[in-house]
Amino acid sequence: MELLRLRREIDFLSRRRIATVVSLALVAASIASFAVRGLNLGIDFTGGVLLEVGYEKDADLGAIRSLLEKGGYGDAQVQNFGAARDVLIRVFPKEGVDARGQGEELLGVLRGGGEQVELRRVEFVGPQVGQELTERGGLAVLFALVMILLYVMLRFQWKFAVGSVAALAHDVIIILGIFSIFQLPFDLTILAAALAVIGYSLNDTIVVFDRIRENFRRIRAGDAQGIMNASINQILGRTVITSLTTLLVLAALFALGGEALSGFSSALIIGVIVGTYSSIYVAGNTALALNVSAQDLLPPKKETGNDGAVT
Amino acid sequence: MNRYPLWKNLLVLTAVIGGALVALPNIYGDDPAVLISREDEREITELEADAVRRALSLAGIEYIGAQERENSVLIRFDSVDRQLSASDFLREELGPGYVLALTLMPRTPQWLASLGLKPMSLGLDLRGGVHFLFEVDTEAAVRKRLEGYAEDFSRRLRDEGIRRSAQALDGRVRVELRRAEDLAQAEALLTELEPELEFDSGTDGEAAWITASLSAARLRELRDNAITKNITILRNRVNELGVAEPLVQRQGSERIVVQLPGVQDPAQAARVLDSVATVEFRLVCYGENQFEAARIGRAPIGCELLEDEQGQPVLLRRSVIAAGGQIVDARQGFSEDGQPAVHVALDGRGADAMLEATQENLQRPMAVVFIEQKREQSEDGGEPVTREERKVISEATIRGVFSSRFQITGLNIVEARDLALLLRAGALEVPIFKVEERTVGPSLGQDNIDQGMRAIIAGLLLVVLFISIYYRVFGMIATLALGANMVLIVALLSLLQAALTLPGIAGIVLTVGMAVDANVLIFERIREELRNGNSPQASIRAGYDKALVTIADANITTLIAALVLFTFGTGPIKGFAVTLSLGILMSMFTAIVGTRAVVNLIYGRRRLGRLAV
Repeated sequence: MELLRLRREIDFLSRRRIATVVSLALVAASIASFAVRGLNLGIDFTGGVLLEVGYEKDADLGAIRSLLEKGGYGDAQVQNFGAARDVLIRVFPKEGVDARGQGEELLGVLRGGGEQVELRRVEFVGPQVGQELTERGGLAVLFALVMILLYVMLRFQWKFAVGSVAALAHDVIIILGIFSIFQLPFDLTILAAALAVIGYSLNDTIVVFDRIRENFRRIRAGDAQGIMNASINQILGRTVITSLTTLLVLAALFALGGEALSGFSSALIIGVIVGTYSSIYVAGNTALALNVSAQDLLPPKKETGNDGAVT
Repeated sequence: MNRYPLWKNLLVLTAVIGGALVALPNIYGDDPAVLISREDEREITELEADAVRRALSLAGIEYIGAQERENSVLIRFDSVDRQLSASDFLREELGPGYVLALTLMPRTPQWLASLGLKPMSLGLDLRGGVHFLFEVDTEAAVRKRLEGYAEDFSRRLRDEGIRRSAQALDGRVRVELRRAEDLAQAEALLTELEPELEFDSGTDGEAAWITASLSAARLRELRDNAITKNITILRNRVNELGVAEPLVQRQGSERIVVQLPGVQDPAQAARVLDSVATVEFRLVCYGENQFEAARIGRAPIGCELLEDEQGQPVLLRRSVIAAGGQIVDARQGFSEDGQPAVHVALDGRGADAMLEATQENLQRPMAVVFIEQKREQSEDGGEPVTREERKVISEATIRGVFSSRFQITGLNIVEARDLALLLRAGALEVPIFKVEERTVGPSLGQDNIDQGMRAIIAGLLLVVLFISIYYRVFGMIATLALGANMVLIVALLSLLQAALTLPGIAGIVLTVGMAVDANVLIFERIREELRNGNSPQASIRAGYDKALVTIADANITTLIAALVLFTFGTGPIKGFAVTLSLGILMSMFTAIVGTRAVVNLIYGRRRLGRLAV
């Protein structure tokens, strides 16, 4: 069975103007939202206390709020978490207050309401630790990008390296942008998902580049754009199938993995879609814009012999 | 023709069979169990173990096994209810001197256990438990040491009749001398007293000064010591809480991480672990008017003004009869009139002091002072400040002479239980402060496991279904590879005993999606070769060979991202990085070498008309 038996090649790269405009618009919107609204950072980064509790019946959020208000936690965020019986309460750090015992204190306040409350999860992150995590997270993303840039430069050529990193930056910015625009909670697991997307999107980009390199070496004639277009078409089957299988498992994770993993899986789903698009358009376009040519990829002398021998 | 040399086939076979064996302990599940050990950490004797078994049988609590393990006895139950009732019963029956911990014991059969094979260890988010990160106030250790020096210096100079003042300031001891002509003598004396310190001195008109500071090496030693001692105390406290497989470990230069899987009362753990609460026994300043002292805000000489729990003023003598550090045993119990109490026993020195104090002060009141350190965020958002809180919890007339054994009242039952535990386990060398806590209740842990497993199975089925339809025979071969991949990941996780976390499960799910990629690349390449008119055998060979470079390049870059995650990430993120990396590495083996072995076995030896790809 084949999903894609193409009669003729799709001319991906002739539409690159539109793609560039779309990408730039998305990136600009993301950065703008990022600058104006920022991210809805979880307590992993801001510090604070998070309490997840389970009620025996559907929880009455209004009653919980007024209970908390009476207990001196008027500024606490109260929301359902996954099910109507499960409630998530967040308290942000406040000056002059020792937050260390707040998890237990909050539980006491809730139990004071007379209902059976089961403690499911408490997280307390000191402001200092939050600060450290934010710094480490940012550093991790930067460090990953630099390492990847170096690897691609080594294995391919600097124009490709710039192309792949442009694609990655594009993906990460858009994921962060979507989390910012919709103010989805951004915690440590989302950061992990963003880094996993870097890995995935790169995987995709490398496969495209790999074929471009092979074709540049094989078909010496022909313009760069034509060869790149042909390469993208040749591996289109793989690109679609792999994205599909990955999306299948992510959909399973999103649907069945529970509330704790829903943010993580939705970040990855966005990432896989954006990453697939970017490995076709952003990575290739950037390399093209940098005037990539067959000359850039001529193999060192000793490898020429091996090239034909495989087939 | 496509054939694998024998060694390659054997390699694949060995890896899969070996992996299956190592992964096997994971299918047996766990039993709820109670772990009994002696508080003094001596071995439990055969006799004691028998007594436990008999007691359980007599009480009619069924258990499914009892075995001796290291210094303890492990009793397994077939349900959590039985486990809980047994633990309540045994706690009562055995009395003090024994530590009981509730735990889950894997049901690994003897023959597997004797091979040293264990199931994966589950992270706290999957089995429930608490994770704390404490910061040790090592500056307090340095400050305390310097204050000690300042006192010693002052005493030594006073003995020589030198007029001086000494105090600890900004990480140094500064001694001020009234007369500059004393400088040489004073400096010689102090250098002789503490030759390891670094001294500096100067004159200031008539007066002179000497400063002494700790060398960098001494400072480090002091800080390390404070942390090591605190870790010991934390271990004691954790043991008192009764946790089966606790982890108390230093992290970085001044942090300690404590993980208590499956702890029954996370709230108590949170209250007790970082508590610096202790008690002091002092005489009341008899015959002084405390209300007058409170009104003018000044205590008479030799007395100190404190408050009791109702906020009423109490005047206590400054000298302490005995303090928490001299308590060798403490048990929560009840006083004669049924009030919650802590029964304490003092060491020899404390007992002597108490005997003397009670003899001399019959019919006069004595007080128990409860001391607690609290840390508060300062108003300007800077470093938190520590405040010591002292309050008088009980005041009673000495009715008879006593020495080592007596009781403390004036607490509620929870406070009494916590205080008894703290006094038994010892006081922390320097204060510690919780900077991170993650508690997961047992029911959420089980939910996480169930949901994670369901997601893995569903994801796996969807992918298997899809590729089997899309690539037919080759797709089914890829399915085999995917199965082998899962087995190998579980095997490696079991071997490494790296904790499986919820993000770790997500990593496995993601691996399922990405592991197929290697096969997709190969199969698409084979199809391409076939379309170009190559023979099936040549297409298979070319497909595998050409795809290899691409797969390697693509996977190495993903590995880079996973390694960065591992290096920068903490706890749960590390778990994700571990399973993702293992998954990628294993998929390279199963998807390339593994599927090729099977393809060669099926197609390798014959001439082929067409391929089912």
